[in-house]
Amino acid sequence: MRFFPLIFANLFRKKMRTILTVGSFAVALFLFGLLFVVRGAFSQGVDVAGADRLVVINRTSIIQPLPLSYQDRLLKIPGIKLVTYANWFGGVYQDEKNFFPQFAISTETQRQMFPEFIVPDEEWNKFVGDREGAVVGEGLAKRFGWKLGDRIPIRGTFIPGTWEFNIDGIYHGKRVADDTTQFWFHWKYLDERKQFSKGFVGWYTVRIDDPGKAAQLVKTIDQEFANSPWETKTDTEKSFAASWVKQFGNIQFLILTIGGVVFFTLLLVTGNTMAIAVRERIGELAVLKALGYSDVFVLVLVLTESLLVALVGGILGMALAKLFTLAGDPTRGLLPYFYLPSVAIAGGIFVALLVGITAGMLPAVTAMRLRVVDALRRV
Amino acid sequence: MVDGNGKTSSLIQVRGLDKKYQRGSEEIDVLQGLNLDVEKGDFVVFMGPSGSGKTTLLNLLGGLDVPSRGSITVAGDEITHMSRSKLTEWRARHVGFIFQMYNLIPVLTAYQNVELPLLLTKLSKAERRKHVETALAVVGLADRVNHYPRQLSGGQEQRVAIARAIVSDPTFLLCDEPTGDLDRKSADEIMGLIERLVREYHKTVLMVTHDPLVAKRANMTLHLEKGVLVEASAKSGVAS
Repeated sequence: MRFFPLIFANLFRKKMRTILTVGSFAVALFLFGLLFVVRGAFSQGVDVAGADRLVVINRTSIIQPLPLSYQDRLLKIPGIKLVTYANWFGGVYQDEKNFFPQFAISTETQRQMFPEFIVPDEEWNKFVGDREGAVVGEGLAKRFGWKLGDRIPIRGTFIPGTWEFNIDGIYHGKRVADDTTQFWFHWKYLDERKQFSKGFVGWYTVRIDDPGKAAQLVKTIDQEFANSPWETKTDTEKSFAASWVKQFGNIQFLILTIGGVVFFTLLLVTGNTMAIAVRERIGELAVLKALGYSDVFVLVLVLTESLLVALVGGILGMALAKLFTLAGDPTRGLLPYFYLPSVAIAGGIFVALLVGITAGMLPAVTAMRLRVVDALRRV
Repeated sequence: MVDGNGKTSSLIQVRGLDKKYQRGSEEIDVLQGLNLDVEKGDFVVFMGPSGSGKTTLLNLLGGLDVPSRGSITVAGDEITHMSRSKLTEWRARHVGFIFQMYNLIPVLTAYQNVELPLLLTKLSKAERRKHVETALAVVGLADRVNHYPRQLSGGQEQRVAIARAIVSDPTFLLCDEPTGDLDRKSADEIMGLIERLVREYHKTVLMVTHDPLVAKRANMTLHLEKGVLVEASAKSGVAS
């Protein structure tokens, strides 16, 4: 505590330099926060995927359907407890920019299969009894200001016509990362109205007894439908979500590369700044040593200054990133999970401190090794 | 005093002190076989041409540098064999430095500059305040505590530096041309202050200077030439 005035006086020796260095940290950490949010948005499906769920799609492509009759055959396979199915709808609400996922689902099995989505019983029962009913995520309802009882027109794209739905229920996610931007309606309603592929579903989701036997069951399911007109490709929900993300490119690599370059640049900038700051006051550091301050004290003094700059910049950057995410998904629907978790904030500040200590280490060691006699001769 | 035959109870005893520097393949003898005894309360001035070894001797006496051979004993402690960290602790307790260029920390106030040596002690904040205010009062700057070095004249800066040197009540003061950067009037004031420290507070002062007028005010002047003490002159009434 007693040395704080000395540390702060040194930090504010060149106010503009300190402000700019703190600013460099803040900008870098803000970017780090956003990259983390984007990574999270893309990998959210992977992170929250159920370990005991498999996804069964048409072997050719996910846009090719599978017969509804597969449901009973899947249930007969030992190790499978529950089967549900769904179709992608791809409709447009008012404007094509208003993107959100719409799924035609099985009202019999949807809730049991996805217990992480919570719908009050009363609302669910109303939805089950309403052919034109829909259940929407709370994020989606908030985005468009929808309330229970609202009637929502959706314009079909690959199934033409205007489809009107009643908002009978609003679901919440159990976890922060659960996607609350989905729109569910009756699969039967879709099947009745469409002119083609009647009796076909988009994909199946199955729940298995033992996640440890997932690999074996994946093979068993695909063997069951091998050599049929609609062969299947089964995967764990996690792998399925991961392969979905991969379609956008190697997001993880991209983010790591950008983050790495940013932090490396920050390291160089801060290292250079700290080196200049130490070089400018070689004489003062020598005087401190002459007065009886130890080599280790001088090392810690320089490192503390570097760490304080990193800490303030880090906190500022992460706070700005958090504020930015609180405003919601700026893409209006492409990144439904736009959230900066506490662990990322702590990680960001830790990385900032790591950069701070690394950048300060070389100048600090130089200051520590400084010989008083040599330094005073230079003054 | 200069032949090393002084009392064994002398405050500072220097025996057979050599200091060599390596410049490329060449070895330069800066100090050669120097002997010296300084008593408590002495005011000793070192004079000599540039390169005669005055500042090197001061650095060795202050524990800022280590000799090539010989010993320095201060108040019974032989400092020549101390480790770097021990020497640092010893400096904090025993030596007060006054430099030609004052060497104050520009971002600290006069008060904070003077307080620096005390931060290494176990004194409470209130005790430190008392010591700092006393030291600043001794040098006549009680009304400049919150001034930064840039707000002070050269003479005032050197007074703050003197306050910093005496605040922890060190065993002796080492002054490296303390008036070298000052005009005559300010130099006189500083020398008056140093004389007062010797006379009233019984401080032991060792000073390097080129100025004969400054040297006249010391009890003892020692002349160095090519690393050897060649002449000693004492004020009348001071034993040599």
